[in-house]
This record gives sequence, C-alpha cells and structure tokens, in this order.
Amino acid sequence: MEKHILELKNIKKVFPGVCALDGVSLAFRPGEIHAIAGENGAGKSTFIKIITGAIQPTEGQIFFEGEEICSNSPIVSMKHGITAIYQEFNLFPSLTAAENIFFGRIPKKNGMVDYRKMYQDAEVLLKQLGVSISAQARVSSLSVGYQQIIEIARAVSCHAKVLIMDEPSAPLTDNETRRLFEIVERLKKDGITIIYISHRMEEIFRLCDRVSVFRDGKYIRTMEVKDTSADELIQIMVNRELGEQYPKKEYQRGKKVLEIRGLNTALLKDIHLEAYEGEILGLAGLVGAGRTEIARALFGADRIKSGVFLIDGEEVSIHKTMDAIRAGIGLIPEDRKRQGVFLRESIRHNISFAHFKGIMKGPFLSEKLDAKAASSYIESLGIKTPSAEQTAGNLSGGNQQKVVLAKWLFTDSRILIFDEPTRGIDVGAKQEIYRLMLELIDRGKVVIMISSEMPELIGMADRIVVLHEGQISGTLEKDAFTQENIMTLASGMPLQTGSEEEH
Amino acid sequence: MKKIDLSKYGIIFAWIMLVIVFSVFEPAFLKSSNIFNILRQVSIVGVCSVGMTFVILTGGMDLSVGSVIGMSTVAGALLLSNGIPIPLVFVLILLMGAAAGLFNGFFINEVGIAPIIMTLGTMTALRGVAFLLCGGFPVYGIPESFLMIGQGYLGVVPVPVILMVIVFGVGYVLLNKLPFGRSVYGIGGNTEAARLSGVNVKAVLYKVYILAGVLYALAGLILMARVNSGQAKSGEGYEMDVITGCVLGGISISGGEGRITGVVIGVLLMGTLSNGMVLMDVSEYWQKVVKGLVLILAVTLDKLVQRRQSVKA
Repeated sequence: MEKHILELKNIKKVFPGVCALDGVSLAFRPGEIHAIAGENGAGKSTFIKIITGAIQPTEGQIFFEGEEICSNSPIVSMKHGITAIYQEFNLFPSLTAAENIFFGRIPKKNGMVDYRKMYQDAEVLLKQLGVSISAQARVSSLSVGYQQIIEIARAVSCHAKVLIMDEPSAPLTDNETRRLFEIVERLKKDGITIIYISHRMEEIFRLCDRVSVFRDGKYIRTMEVKDTSADELIQIMVNRELGEQYPKKEYQRGKKVLEIRGLNTALLKDIHLEAYEGEILGLAGLVGAGRTEIARALFGADRIKSGVFLIDGEEVSIHKTMDAIRAGIGLIPEDRKRQGVFLRESIRHNISFAHFKGIMKGPFLSEKLDAKAASSYIESLGIKTPSAEQTAGNLSGGNQQKVVLAKWLFTDSRILIFDEPTRGIDVGAKQEIYRLMLELIDRGKVVIMISSEMPELIGMADRIVVLHEGQISGTLEKDAFTQENIMTLASGMPLQTGSEEEH
Repeated sequence: MKKIDLSKYGIIFAWIMLVIVFSVFEPAFLKSSNIFNILRQVSIVGVCSVGMTFVILTGGMDLSVGSVIGMSTVAGALLLSNGIPIPLVFVLILLMGAAAGLFNGFFINEVGIAPIIMTLGTMTALRGVAFLLCGGFPVYGIPESFLMIGQGYLGVVPVPVILMVIVFGVGYVLLNKLPFGRSVYGIGGNTEAARLSGVNVKAVLYKVYILAGVLYALAGLILMARVNSGQAKSGEGYEMDVITGCVLGGISISGGEGRITGVVIGVLLMGTLSNGMVLMDVSEYWQKVVKGLVLILAVTLDKLVQRRQSVKA
C-alpha cells in the first residue's frame, strides 16, 4: 500500500438539519498538489475545517503519517504540521511582516524580544520564497498578494507538512497569481503537501497533480489531472438529478421593462442586461463574479463609474437607494440579517419601513394603518407569526425573507431583485419562496434572481445571464440550461455548442 | 416574554422603591414643594436627555452636552446684558446650539470619526470657547423679564418644568408619530438595512445631532435664567447625568432600542436620587460614588437583557 501523509476515513458531518459531509474518505500523498473541486456548497469548506480541527466531524477518523489524530483541534493539527490559509487572512495589520511570521514564537534574548534575530530569520525565509518583502514592512502597507505570502511564510516557518489553501488566487491579480504558483511549486519541491481548493479549471490543470471532486457533501472521486479534462471535471462536479422541487410554469415574455447599458463599476465591466415583464431573469456566476454588484449598482447602493438604466424605455437616474425605490425597484439582499431585516423591530415596522407614506394619516404615522398593511401581507405571503407585533428576530429565516419581500411589495416595486433568496432557509420555506416568485411574475412583476445554487436557477429562471470576473460571459436561453453550460461560462470558458448569445 | 416585560417596567419599580426609601428616612421628601423642587432640578437634564435619546438611538454618543450648555449661558448672558432683544437672543443661541450639532454631525458623517471621540473633542473645545467669551468671569446683567423661564411659575408649576414637558412631548411625537423617528430607530438597529430601504442615513444623523445641539442650548438658557448669570463652568459634568438618565430609561447604548417614556422615568430617578441624598445629608463625594455605580448597574442590566435576547434569537 502506498504511503499517505494524511488520510481521512469515512468523515461525516451533520449540522442541524443538513448533512454537510457524508462519508468522505480521501488520502493525500506526501509532496503532491491535490486540488479539491466542487460547486458552492459541495462541502469543501467543511472538509478543510475538519482537517484543521476547527470543527469536529460527527463520525470518522483522521490519520496523520499513519497515526490517528484523536480530539483534533487547530492547536493539535498545527503541531502535526497542518496549516490552512483561508480566504480571510489571519494577520495583524499593524505589526511588521516578521512579527506576523513569528507571532507566538517570537525569538527572545534575556527575556526581551530579539529583534535582530527575528528580522534576520524573516529575511532569510522570505528570500527562500523568492520575494523581496522587507521583514520590517507593516503588513497593512502590503498588497493582498504579499499579505498572502506572509501567511505562507508563517506556515513554512512552523515547519508545515500539509498546507491547505482555500481559493488562494481569488483576490490576486494575474501577476500575483503567477508568483503564487511559483511559490507553490517551490514548496512542493521541498516536500510539502498542498491541498488546493479552487473553482478555476485552468489553475487545477496548470498546477495540480491530482484532483478530488465533491458534490452535495459527498466525495465523488479522485483523478490524476493528466488523465482528465476540464469538460470531464465540470461534468462530474455538477452531474446530479434535478428533482421535482420547482413549481411548473409557462414562460410568456412580456414587454421589456428594464435595460442596463454599459454599466461599469470597480468590478463590473461593460454590463448590458435586459429584463422583461413576466420573466425570472437568473444571474449566475461564481462568488465574486459580480452578480451582487449588478444588483447593488441597479439599486443605487454602490457607486458606479458609468452606465445607463432604462425603465420602460426611459432613462432613470439612480444615485442613491431612494432613487431606485422611487423607480420601482426592490432588493431582497443576500445577507438577510445584516442588510435585510431589522431584527429588533416588529414585523409591521419592518414592512412599512421603506414606505412611510403608505401609513400616514394627515401629518402623523398611523399605527392602525401600519397594522392593517402588515396583517394583509402576513396573510397573503403566509408569514407564520402570532401577530404583526412579533419581533422580526424571532422569526425563522424563510419568514424573515417574506417580511423583506413584503416591504418591497408595500412600496409597490415592479422589479424585484432576489439575491440568494433561499440561502440558509429550509426546504419547505424554499418552495414557498419559489411559489411567491411565480405569483409575482404572474402579476406582471420582473424578478431578477441571483443564486449560487445552479439547480435552483435552472428550475426557476427563464433566462440565465452568466458572469465571470465582472463581465457577462454568456446568456443562456431555457433550452440551453444545463449545469455544464453554466459552469463552463462561469469558469470563463467559451461554450462549445452554439447556444450562447453574443453581446 | 414575561421576563422582558419585567425589565421594561423594572425602572419604574426601582424609582418607586427609591421614593419609598427616601420618604421613610426623610419625611420632608414627599412634601409637594420638594416634589416640584425635584422636577425643577431635573428639568435642565430632562431637556438635554431628549436630544441625547435621539443620538443614542442612532447608535451614537454626545459628550458635548455640558459644554454647549456652558457656551450658551455665557453667550446668552453677554447678548442680553448688551441689550439685544430677548426673542433675538433666543434665536441666536438656539442657532449656536444647532451649529455645534452640525459641527459634530459633519465630522461624524463625512470624516467618519466615532461619535464618542468627536464629541469628546467638541466637549473640550467648546468649554474653551465658553471661557474665552467671558474671560472666565461670570456675566451678569440679565433683564428681569428673562429670568422667568428659569425661575417663574405658571400657576404652581415652575416654568422650566413646563418647558421640559413640552420638549419631551415633541420628542415623543418625533420618535413615535413621524417617519423621522422610525428612521432613527432603523439606523440604530441596522444601518445597512436602513440604507437599503431608502433612508438617507447621513441626513438623518445631521438632523439628530443638530436637534440635540438646539436642545442643549435651550437647556443652557434655562440654566442661565435660573442662576441669573452666564458662567463658563456651567453644565460641567452634565453628560454624566444626561447619559445615565437615558440608559436608566432603557435606551440601549448600541442603538435602535428604547422608549422616550422610559427616559422620563430615568431622568426622574436620577433627580430623585440626588435630591434624596442631599436631604439625607449624604456627602457630595458619596453622591458621586452612588451616581457612577448606578450608571454601571444600568448598563449591566441592559447587557444582561441583550444577552438573554440573543440567546433566544
């Protein structure tokens, strides 16, 4: 049997209501670069956290160099030489590069910090990695790419044997990515095993030796990178049955309501979009591709560089959220608790918050009108609550989502943007949200739906616009809806079949 | 649910308990003259606490209250002693208070300075202005007719008390009957959600700090009329009483939660405490110890309630 540095056997992790990982067994060879691929929500992050001991598996065993690690924790895994670099760095911005690298292990002399040794050691280490960062530079003054290298240097200085990198190239520029690859290859030569989480096909094929695919919390299989292709990999990543969980409907495209022309922001490049009455327009793409940015720009929540918004063929100027609301746009944001609901306010205060005019009686707010409006939405949207006075924080996720929707229905919005509408809500509530979306388009509203769950987009949307790194990489009509097509476009690769509309 | 209700009314029980304790130990305490005395004593803090309530509800803090009072008494006394007509002085001083609020609001909004730091700065700077205006000497020569708002009575009720009631009434309407109040609660509860619901957050914050400044200036005029002079030191330490009144009244220091009706009780409780301790000959030093501890106790209770709510959510 071949020797493994790290082996996981039959790992299962159950969160309340969800089985995040189901019987995953996977082994890593010493000195390999091993990619973990899978869609959002496939269980990759949970898997890493179990390796580093940040969370405990419900079942299963972890073996390091042949010995079982019992009661794993971040401290235990680090002692074994397992380190992870997350997307969010764990750095101290106001400390120097050297202090960050040696944090917790700062060299001392007579009980005082031995600055000379610390800076010398750090310089040596950074030189080994082939970068010219001053050991005395403050981390806050470094670019994201260099900050990441500080993290790597810290891992190397801890004598890491296994280094886990979670989407390391996501925040980097092309040049920084190239440098990262050089460093990763250098680490491999030094015998360090790299577990490389990535969405990006080209990186997996350029850098990695083997790739393991996760799907829906299950381990699917591991392949030698040289024996597979990007197409095959995507096929394995997304292949799954679409159940009957989406309500049926007929697509009748009405007149054009919304048009976005030449939208540019810090991230978005030249976005053109159209949305029609009676349709659900899906926005797909990887996290950070610019889906939410389009929604926020249209809603006046973020500054734009250039771009024109037209509603019913007439240009509307949207500089702040109030402009968008007046133009009939409502946003159900992705982070419900931080951006959507007022958790400490009552349901009725939440519902009327964007439309005080609707509950005024003379110069004053009328509690009576407020309660009346609230109770009509509680009934029509099926919000489960004993009364309109209930604090929104006491509602379930699905019901909170309905409260946010009610807020926009009360302002009489025509264009409703749902950003990850079903994130973190249970299956039953999901179906209710889907049903409500269909009711909305039946009433002539325009629904724009942003989702990371491809089956949901395929099941609900009438058209899907796919984004890749701030640009539209393609638009899919219903007959071309497949997870493979979406994933291909989302990875920035062209479709091979002719179903793509040119923009 | 029942426990939270208890915490809502806890402040009233605390106040009643305090009244009972004082009246047992000091029979003079419950005399009607003393009751009006308490009301008059709290009226200046009460007027300020309405402004502070708005500020804290948005999740902010305003330490400049005492210094705006000091500046207003000095500037008001100077203007009046130089024969400027009373109505004009009123307008000018309230405008000055508004300017102080605008100044706070500008740096909090546009520069992003934390409110507590910004108003710590204005607290010191405006106190300096007050001293510069008068050279450190008390300013006398306030016309007899002006003293009315600090010393006069309407029937048996002292005028400052009436002013306080009016200010609380206006505050109540603004917070509970107008969209403005909902926006204030919304910003304190969830700034981002308020912004994404079309609230112009900056505009609301400007209005809140300006309103607070105006009310502090009004309190300064009342205080000046009461002591018949403008003194640069006046209002010193008021931030303590005002903030404690708000917090005791259930205004959550993290913003977005609390009722102005609670603040009425909070302010009365602080006034009752001071008055009772004076009647019982408690030394001034001990009074400070007690007041400070009361503030800490109030915040502790607030935290405990929050923790219980977050456990529930």
